[in-house]
Amino acid sequence: MNDLYRARLNREPSAFRKAAVPIASVMAASMAPLLPIVASAPVLPPFGLVVLICWQILRPGLWPVWAGVPFGMFDDILSGQPVGSAVLLWSIILIALDLIEQRYIWRNYWQDWFIATVCLIFAIAGGLAINNFLVNDTRISVLFPQMILAIFTYPLVLRLVARLDHIRLKR
Amino acid sequence: MAPPRNRRPGFSRKAQLQIFTGYLLAFTGAFAGLLLLALSYFDPAAFSAVRSMTAEVTAPPARLLTGMRVGTQNGWREVAAYFDAGSKNAALQREVERNRMRLIEARALRQENRELRRLLGLIKQDGRPVATARLINSSASSSRRYATLDVGSRQGVQRGQPVRAQRGLIGRVLETGPNTSRVLLLSDAENVVPVRRARDGTVAFSQGRGDGRVDIKLIDIGINPFKVGDVMVTSGNGGIYPPNVPVAIIEKLTNDGAIGKLLANPAGTDFVIVQEMYEPELAYPEASGLPPADSSPASPLSAPRQRETQPPATAPAPTSSAPDQAEASVPVQGPAAR
Repeated sequence: MNDLYRARLNREPSAFRKAAVPIASVMAASMAPLLPIVASAPVLPPFGLVVLICWQILRPGLWPVWAGVPFGMFDDILSGQPVGSAVLLWSIILIALDLIEQRYIWRNYWQDWFIATVCLIFAIAGGLAINNFLVNDTRISVLFPQMILAIFTYPLVLRLVARLDHIRLKR
Repeated sequence: MAPPRNRRPGFSRKAQLQIFTGYLLAFTGAFAGLLLLALSYFDPAAFSAVRSMTAEVTAPPARLLTGMRVGTQNGWREVAAYFDAGSKNAALQREVERNRMRLIEARALRQENRELRRLLGLIKQDGRPVATARLINSSASSSRRYATLDVGSRQGVQRGQPVRAQRGLIGRVLETGPNTSRVLLLSDAENVVPVRRARDGTVAFSQGRGDGRVDIKLIDIGINPFKVGDVMVTSGNGGIYPPNVPVAIIEKLTNDGAIGKLLANPAGTDFVIVQEMYEPELAYPEASGLPPADSSPASPLSAPRQRETQPPATAPAPTSSAPDQAEASVPVQGPAAR
């Protein structure tokens, strides 16, 4: 009898689920380049980064500031960028998001979107800059479709992440 | 609410230290990223083992998904073929009649070509196919253009081998794993291919632009001879790529060449062929009248000349390596040692 009520009262979300859902979602999104798309131009938005930014905006302080290092490493191995580029860029983005979080506490939806836009453009253009430094020059105009897609993916991914947050905190 | 003046979370020393350590780690991580980039710069193959392992692990589901994609595409094509089936059938039958005639002519030409080649003493080196495979995925979110092929070193694929589709060149193999390999696509900025115009052999080279097109750059700077619609094929210069594989069709002219559209769209091809690396055609020594490269003995002049430059203290060393020659060159060595 006592056990029966204990199971329904004072419930806590599972600690494992609380930690694992965000991590698993970012990693799953980083695996997007494994989809059977053989593209002759960069078209796929950096889904891993979009999901990471969404979690950081939705739940500030969910991860420590250095979370960009392991996530970036995982993304680099799968994305075809030289290893280290996402480690560098994502770390910078997470530090910037943390500083923004401290400076500007009350933001509305559009401001969040603007911040995410700046971060995504920085990451995509930064990836190109790193490639150009390492190998050869590609024009930045090649990336415009990818940037636009990434910017308009953000609101959709934010909804998805909010849904995942419900699952994460479900009791 | 204004942001707090100081960012201290309270009087807890532990909490303060945790924030500080977090920032420290984040900056260290960014710096580690820079170091990793430097490593990739100096040794591009540094992480190939990790990458090929990941590719191996993720290949089976990717293969399945690719099969589904191809199946859906073919299904749509079949459905679409039912529209205007009657008129298309008639047109195809006419074309079959025409092609039959051409096929006979082509056979005769091939025979003639073979005989002429035999007369000239040319060895025909076709890039023999190593494997036939599918491209299962690509670096669709990066500005580099790689694709993954679902065959690897177990199937005989080696680094550097050219990859082509039926319609034209796709790229070359960059890294191989046991069952997967990474292909550098033609549209990557690093992929430079020597090409020539199919019509008259104007030499140029193609370099990827990163967006599914290539820059065709002239080697001979002068009046731009290209016209929109010219077809560029590989020239076979420098090896790797066999000659006469279609590469691109010229779409737009620029100051120093042209921009070409790739003929084989990697997204639209079902199967690709990995070929053996092409080595430029060799002429039979007898036919060209030149002596074979490695059959003539080393010229006897070289031995005394070397000894003249050497100091006398090291003179006995060559005698031990070539005793029969040393006997012959004793009178020569005598004055040199004095």
